[in-house]
Amino acid sequence: MSRTRKPPGYGSLSLRGAALLYVGLLIVLPVIAISSRALGGGITSLWTQITSPQAMAALKLTLLMAFIMVLINVVTGTAMAWVLVRYRFPLKKVINAMIDIPFAIPTVVTGIMLVVLYGPRSILGTLFSRMGVEIIFDKPGIVLALLFVTFPFVVRSVQPVLMEMEPDMEEAAQTLGASRSVTFFRIVLPTLLPAILTGAALSFSRALGEFGSVVIVAGNIPLKTQTAPVYVFGEIESGNVQSAMGVSLFLLFSSFLVLVMLKLIQNRSQRHVEST
Amino acid sequence: MSKAPERVEVLPRTQSPLRHLISGSVLLWFGLLVLLPLLGIFRETIKTGPQIFLNSLGAPGSRHAFYLTLLITVVAVVLNTVFGTILAIVLSTQKFKGKILLEGMIDLPFAVSPVVAGLMFIILYGPNGWLGSLFSAAGIKIIYALPGMIIATLFVTLPFVVREILPVLNEFGREQEEAAVVLGASRWQTFWRVTLPSIKWGLAYGVTLTIARAIGEFGAVLVVSGGIINQTQTATLYIHDQFTDFNTAGAFAAALVLAAMSFAILTVIQVVYKKKGGDHPC
Amino acid sequence: MLGIQVEGLGKRFADFQAVEDVSFKVREGELVALLGPSGSGKSTILRMIAGLEVPDSGHIYLHGLEATCQRIQHRKVGFVFQHYALFKHMTVEKNIAFGLEVQKKKPEAIREKVQELIQLVKLEGYQHHFPSQLSGGQRQRVALARALAPEPRILLLDEPFGSLDTKVRRNLAHWLRDLHDRMKITSLFVTHDQNEAIEISDKIIVINRGRVEQIGSAADVYEEPESKFVASFVGNVNVVNAFIEKARIQIKGMAEPLPDQAPEHIDGRDIVLLVRPEDVLLKRRGGRKAGVEGRLTAIRYRGAYFEMEITLGDNQLIALVPKEWQEKEGWTEGEAVRVAFKNQRIFSAPEGHKRVHEMLKHLGYIE
Repeated sequence: MSRTRKPPGYGSLSLRGAALLYVGLLIVLPVIAISSRALGGGITSLWTQITSPQAMAALKLTLLMAFIMVLINVVTGTAMAWVLVRYRFPLKKVINAMIDIPFAIPTVVTGIMLVVLYGPRSILGTLFSRMGVEIIFDKPGIVLALLFVTFPFVVRSVQPVLMEMEPDMEEAAQTLGASRSVTFFRIVLPTLLPAILTGAALSFSRALGEFGSVVIVAGNIPLKTQTAPVYVFGEIESGNVQSAMGVSLFLLFSSFLVLVMLKLIQNRSQRHVEST
Repeated sequence: MSKAPERVEVLPRTQSPLRHLISGSVLLWFGLLVLLPLLGIFRETIKTGPQIFLNSLGAPGSRHAFYLTLLITVVAVVLNTVFGTILAIVLSTQKFKGKILLEGMIDLPFAVSPVVAGLMFIILYGPNGWLGSLFSAAGIKIIYALPGMIIATLFVTLPFVVREILPVLNEFGREQEEAAVVLGASRWQTFWRVTLPSIKWGLAYGVTLTIARAIGEFGAVLVVSGGIINQTQTATLYIHDQFTDFNTAGAFAAALVLAAMSFAILTVIQVVYKKKGGDHPC
Repeated sequence: MLGIQVEGLGKRFADFQAVEDVSFKVREGELVALLGPSGSGKSTILRMIAGLEVPDSGHIYLHGLEATCQRIQHRKVGFVFQHYALFKHMTVEKNIAFGLEVQKKKPEAIREKVQELIQLVKLEGYQHHFPSQLSGGQRQRVALARALAPEPRILLLDEPFGSLDTKVRRNLAHWLRDLHDRMKITSLFVTHDQNEAIEISDKIIVINRGRVEQIGSAADVYEEPESKFVASFVGNVNVVNAFIEKARIQIKGMAEPLPDQAPEHIDGRDIVLLVRPEDVLLKRRGGRKAGVEGRLTAIRYRGAYFEMEITLGDNQLIALVPKEWQEKEGWTEGEAVRVAFKNQRIFSAPEGHKRVHEMLKHLGYIE
């Protein structure tokens, strides 16, 4: 949507210039800088970096943790959205507002809270320990941290779609003989699918890059609890900026990919939406 | 006979046990995942006692850290509000090649890991970087100093203001602005007296989100600043530092303060969101 | 044999009584209209029959069996929604097949039946289209096919043509009648459009404010309305203020009374005459016996007929005359005219003309 009736005057050009300069200095240039530095060392050296045992372990761990988290989040997030939209219970408004807490809380604080709650000296921590499950400084802790920081994504993505859904389609399904569960799985869920996938993509993307909470909750034990962002940080700290490139570029690339997929999902779902 | 159901609630027409099970488990999950940790830290800090709490907060490292957080947040909010508004105006009123690319770029900070962001800035603005070398020739330190920290924070908070006012501008701005121009208002007058008031709640919402994000930023600032206590540590960096040094009291106290600030901001967010008029599902 | 029987049905929403003591029967194979203004409760009645709402009181019998509390899925009733409620993420084919898939019918049988229905509703070639690619009329036909696929014994339609253009609506209404005649399925449809009801239904049930006003054939309801509401709602009507004097009807603002004797009505009592536009007879000559004298204030061309606006005392009436008749008689605006009523309904207006007018205005039938 733009006014192209009058040619851009002096003022418009300088506005555009300022805008482009700002985005250029803050976003475009840094991306170009890192890409060129990383590729400047040659593709082979990048490949060796990524395939080093420590880097590989970090990448695998990150992907695995993010994947597990997304699976859990998709189910719980959709259920949460369902309960918030369809059911009535006391304090609903308050709880609805609290869903956004993870968005507001700094990631390090999240990490600290989880350590307090599940750390070696806490009640829950010792309880789980006795059952043979270590939370802090181990993989479950990572998943927990990721679940916390990405909690709102699926819920908030599904909620508006659910609220907009007319009961008509579900009623129609029932008059055609479908039980409540058939109606849910064949009618409601497919309608919610784009929103669920959007939430999943957003949380996955966020989880790939999550640092603050993970670095506190999981420590930094290479090959065991070192996720990719933590690995990159470690390399930078020890001065090996160059060797952090490979993994960094991988993370950057995956983020791009997820963004693109998101756009595709959203465009595709527009096709099926009726224009009234 | 069961109770008369509302038109909206289609599936459960009776108070079936399944319904209670689902809502019960969902709320339990929410409580355990989100609420419990909050209570945990609250309780922990109470356990250590108010005296230690205040002492930890009063430590010079802590005070400087909070001061830095505040300073950086203010700068980030001001700059991103101004440039965010400019960006939104340019995007909604101008047409040029590469506009879609620009819009995509604005969303980038959401997708990039904070440490990778920090790394990008080290490469670009470090003493050997393309731009960094220019600055260091002039004797200005960017990386491992305040300017770098500000830049990193600007990056992660850039999208908020733009994304909140862009849709408002796209929908409502034009006719009213045209009316003003026809009545003789200059471009600046039009902006100040017609455009700005129409976007004010969207702007407020974007600013609130920016503040929350800036206060909480960790990874990018950590990488870019070097984290030297009393010099280049923000509150979040301070917490991390104290924690890894096993000074849990210091870490917890600062964490609680930040958590409280976040809550306050969250409440403001809720209020402003309603004023803004909520999201259009389209 | 009764397809649907409803007895003493009642339903309350919060502090609003939507349906009260509604009873009626629909014989097997009949096409019946539930006619009423918006908010009259007719949709609620239909939804209760389908099982989408639960009644607070009364009974519903489907083919002789008590179905009042039966679950929706078990009633085997076809339902067509006002806004179609098509499954947006499924093609036309899949939409129609849904009811059969739920019944776990064999794929070949399903395919056959779907094909049959697509031909029935004349949507060949659209099998793989999505609802968003169809026009309103096409979507409604898919909704109908979908409802008919599981071979229900009863078909319920909730303002099926409400969201469509007039022309499309009339075509679809007649097409529905044809379909019904072919399939002989017991059908009940809800509408606020009296023309639709009159044109295609065997029987009309007039509903107002949650209660049954009258049940009868289209002719019954139109020619012999049993209440003021029905008279003014079904078909267009002129509302004439008058009163009784010396056993004759005296139109307000006129010197002469109507020629006929007024049936048993109280002298001095205010009354309201409801006269259909086609029952207003116009003559140039004939003196008092031909009717009372009025003035022609406007003549409007309406294609197949003319609309003549006449001033009678304090009242204004519309008369409809065939095109050929006006071409022959050549009336002009301003002429004096003798007006008689072929048919009229008289209603007492004990609270006065104003009350009756308010009521009719409230219902939207006069401006």
